[in-house]
Amino acid sequence: MISLNQVSKIYPSRQKSGPSTIALDNVSFTVGRKEFVSLVGKSGAGKTTLLKLIIAEEKPTRGKIFFDNKDISKLKGFQVPHLRRKMGVVFQDYRLFPKKTTYENIAYILEIMGKKDEEIAWEVSQVLEVVGLENRAYNFPDELSGGEKQRVAIARALIHRPEVILADEPTGNLDPYNMFEIIKLLVKIYEMGTTVVLATHDKQLINILKKRVITLQEGKVIRDEQRGRFIL
Amino acid sequence: MFNPLKRVINAGYKSFSRNIGLSLATVFIMILVLLLLSFVFLLRPGSETLIESFEERIDISVYFQEYVGEEDVLSIKEEIKKNPDVKEIEYTSKEKALERFEERHKDNPVIIESLKEIGYNPFVHSLNIKAQEIDKYEEIAEFLKASPFATLIDDIDFYERRLVIETVAALSENVRKTFLIFIIILGLIGFLVGFNTIKMGIYSLMKEIKVMKLVGASNWFIRGPFLVQGVIVGGISAIVSLLLTFLLTYGFDTRVQFFIPEISIFNLFVNNFWSLVLLQFGIGIGLGVFSSIVAISKYLNV
Repeated sequence: MISLNQVSKIYPSRQKSGPSTIALDNVSFTVGRKEFVSLVGKSGAGKTTLLKLIIAEEKPTRGKIFFDNKDISKLKGFQVPHLRRKMGVVFQDYRLFPKKTTYENIAYILEIMGKKDEEIAWEVSQVLEVVGLENRAYNFPDELSGGEKQRVAIARALIHRPEVILADEPTGNLDPYNMFEIIKLLVKIYEMGTTVVLATHDKQLINILKKRVITLQEGKVIRDEQRGRFIL
Repeated sequence: MFNPLKRVINAGYKSFSRNIGLSLATVFIMILVLLLLSFVFLLRPGSETLIESFEERIDISVYFQEYVGEEDVLSIKEEIKKNPDVKEIEYTSKEKALERFEERHKDNPVIIESLKEIGYNPFVHSLNIKAQEIDKYEEIAEFLKASPFATLIDDIDFYERRLVIETVAALSENVRKTFLIFIIILGLIGFLVGFNTIKMGIYSLMKEIKVMKLVGASNWFIRGPFLVQGVIVGGISAIVSLLLTFLLTYGFDTRVQFFIPEISIFNLFVNNFWSLVLLQFGIGIGLGVFSSIVAISKYLNV
């Protein structure tokens, strides 16, 4: 479903003569349909860059990335939104729309896709139930706790039934209890049939999951195990 | 209504009302910009009126030989009227000239006395000519001198008044140029202030715009609400500044007339009302929408 073929990403220095940064170095792997994959590594190992490349936020310097057998780097500007609508993205810092309620934050994706109002109302109420925020529908993000915000973010990533959910350190800002809740939610989504790619540096979390782990170090894949553990 | 359009309008309205602090600040600045531009807009007809009132006072007189009779002068008048440079032409008979002279000097017994001493009317028939443009007087004078009735003319006072006429012409030319520069500078300032205010407003929403892109919104779906906000901001600003222009011109009309009697700013407002409406709504909404499109395009490249 997602396939990286010898992908490198090099950021040129902002100063003229400064050294450029190699964020990813010749990375290749494939993520299959209905798979749960964790990308692990220290901060700066290239996890976030990898996710950015998959959602076409950035273009690879070298190599190819395929999503559903289509080369992402060849997409034209107007095709990119359509690609992103097949994915759901969860960020460490939630990135909710601060001036929209929980309901509107989640409904936004369906509005983009041109769904009817009644349909949206039904779908949003369903997903709010999944993430356990039925009574928070009309609150604004700054009225929610960190854990609740992240659950809204997951609901937003989930609402349009994407083929894959990309989660970038979704538990990074949360306490252990909320972390666990979020992970349980991601596993539930996975069990319902959605591919999940989870980037994290949380050792404990990976060891609980017992799913495929791809380990990155300095932009390179150093390990790819089906029932992986966090070893660095 | 067409569903996406309804959504975009709704989203624009919500964004306006939920960011009310920022929205009102933008409206406030836009009102100032529109007032400035309205002032600039009214400055032109205003300065034109002022210049015309100078030029209006300029004319030249053609004095005929003593033996030329009224009928001849009147037929010459018709002849001169055909010249396209001539705007107005007025006939003054020698009797009328005497009458005016006596009226003007009725308090001066010496002059009245000496007039009686002469024993006859020393004035001649004359024609008073106003040109279409101030720089046409010389051409008119030359035309008169070269005309078949030149021998009937005793004197054209253009040559004595030449300096005054040229001074006024130079002055009004200068006033025009100064006003034009003034208008351009103020217009530019207004545009830049309005544009940058909206740009900063959008800058503060940069992160949100980026997230919208990342979750798959198309560019027009993101731009739409900002355009709606631009229309709302522009519309409100136009209404308020139109009202303020009305109140200001009405309230200060007599005070301004005290200094510049030739200009009634309230009349300027009334005479240019529809142009002002067009200007304020056009610029208010146009600037709002234009600035939004330009400012946002930078953040859509994700």
